[in-house]
Amino acid sequence: MSQNLNAGDVCLKVEKFNAWYDQFHALKDINMDIRKNKVTAMIGPSGCGKSTLIRCFNRMNDFIPTFRQTGKILFEGNDLSDRFIDPVEVRIKVGMVFQKQNPFPKSIADNVTYGPKIMGVRQKSRLDAIVEESLRNAALWDEVKDKLKSSALSLSGGQQQRLCIARALAMQPDVLLLDEPCSALDPIATSKIEELIIQLKEKYTILIVTHNMQQAARVSDHTAYLYLGELIEYDETTKIFTAPAQKATEDYITGRMG
Amino acid sequence: MIINSSSVQIRKIKENTVQAILFGCAIFSVFVTAGIIGVLSFETFEFFREVSIIEFFTDTQWTPLFTQKHFGIAPLLCGTFLTSAIALIVAAPLGILTSVYLSEYASPRVRRVIKPILEILAGVPTVIYGYFALLFVTPLLQKVLPDLPGFNALSPGIVMGIMILPIISSLSEDAMYAVPQSLRNAAYALGSSKLQVSFKVVIPSAFSGITASFILAISRAIGETMLVAIAAGQMPNLTLNPMESVMTMTTFIVQVSLGDTQTGTIEYKTIFAVGTMLFLLTFGLNIIGHKLRKRFREVYA
Ligand SMILES: Nc1ncnc2c1ncn2[C@@H]1O[C@H](COP(=O)(O)OP(=O)(O)OP(=O)(O)O)[C@@H](O)[C@H]1O
Ligand SMILES: [Mg+2]
Repeated sequence: MSQNLNAGDVCLKVEKFNAWYDQFHALKDINMDIRKNKVTAMIGPSGCGKSTLIRCFNRMNDFIPTFRQTGKILFEGNDLSDRFIDPVEVRIKVGMVFQKQNPFPKSIADNVTYGPKIMGVRQKSRLDAIVEESLRNAALWDEVKDKLKSSALSLSGGQQQRLCIARALAMQPDVLLLDEPCSALDPIATSKIEELIIQLKEKYTILIVTHNMQQAARVSDHTAYLYLGELIEYDETTKIFTAPAQKATEDYITGRMG
Repeated sequence: MIINSSSVQIRKIKENTVQAILFGCAIFSVFVTAGIIGVLSFETFEFFREVSIIEFFTDTQWTPLFTQKHFGIAPLLCGTFLTSAIALIVAAPLGILTSVYLSEYASPRVRRVIKPILEILAGVPTVIYGYFALLFVTPLLQKVLPDLPGFNALSPGIVMGIMILPIISSLSEDAMYAVPQSLRNAAYALGSSKLQVSFKVVIPSAFSGITASFILAISRAIGETMLVAIAAGQMPNLTLNPMESVMTMTTFIVQVSLGDTQTGTIEYKTIFAVGTMLFLLTFGLNIIGHKLRKRFREVYA
């Protein structure tokens, strides 16, 4: 496996990481360095463990009773998977956007301010500023600025997903995890979110799971190919898509794998 | 394909008969309900031919059984409102906390044990709640509040709160449980604690379902009869003081129905007028409650 990525700051360092659901070995000996301010795409056939891996970065697997793990995920010198680390602290720094848009049944503004409010921000002017900034960053501001008080559920699917991104950005995380963020969206909404991802990497480290090869090629700097819980290949996106080192990777991205 | 026309014929006749019987059953209950509403409306109409509707709603005294008759329903409405309000004050917070516990914290095993116990509470005959209020809760309250009379609104109100608790906790728990897991995940991913998820996401998201549970519980409290008839007293009393004895609409109906009132007299007609009030109130509340529940379901359909 080649890991000769352009040097750069490492944001997340995955070391000898294994994960199980009960007896099922879902992630096998994963080692990978995720670079700061880059977009890292994770690709691979359904069930290969992409979501399992991405959920390890913000401890969302804690809610699955059968889940077990070994190895390390280092973030700012701490092991995220350490059970003494407070998962709430982790999730404040590592934001997540889910496959299916899941806005709260509250107003657009209240969706964005949810996180800051539970962090104790009370000042109205501060919250208003957060709403505007987050919605601008999520490329949604112009579409909703006149109806911030209306229900988030009145938005279209693509707008809802961008609202979910804005909601995650409002926490000012260091890392943003996107698990198939466009799978429920039409091509126009998808391209909006792709543009957004490219802009956001200036400020955030982004991990994106996608089934869409073109999407991975368009938005990511680095790509990881997983297969049956193993990290088969991890390299520069251009390299993966033009001259993959592994035959398996090539078969998958050219669609020759069933 | 083999078509045996006679067996097809027989099956058709069978199906039609079954359908006719089922239709008959359905129509029967519709007729009975219509009949009840018909009688209620008729007698109420008769009542209002003798008593002005203005007096009914503005007079502050209710003394239809005395020689000096007054027909102001306000004291009865007040008694009903008072006991129901006390019940809701007791049951709403307890009910919400119970349902949060059951929906968000309890393990499936604990939930399986506690839910049926709560439902048993709902199945206790209300006459037992009545004596419980009169003979146990009232004396207990009198230890703290020595001025509390034997019949009062407070004690049956509290016990009624216990009685409607299962309605609130069970319907609210349904509403909370129906809140999609994806919303909880969203909240956790934003760094919420479990408590914050429960109170800032689950409860607000289940809001209309929870409100519906309150409304249906109040409707039950307003219609509740034995409990208040036994423990709240028989004194129409225009008061909002829980320490006083009050008479509810239902208690009045019991009182007249048990007496030897002659059919066709004004006393007789009063119970239909009061019954209509009661019916309209609970019917209205039930409609609002069910509408809210339906709307809640649509949000997450
Ligand atoms: N909660 C769970 N309990 C048991 N097994 C699970 C659980 N979640 C996932 N798995 C198993 O772990 C493996 C990896 O699942 P995961 O969801 O990470 O795949 P994925 O790569 O994200 O797939 P997809 O592209 O379909 O989303 C699968 O075989 C799946 O059946
Ligand atoms: Mg997945």
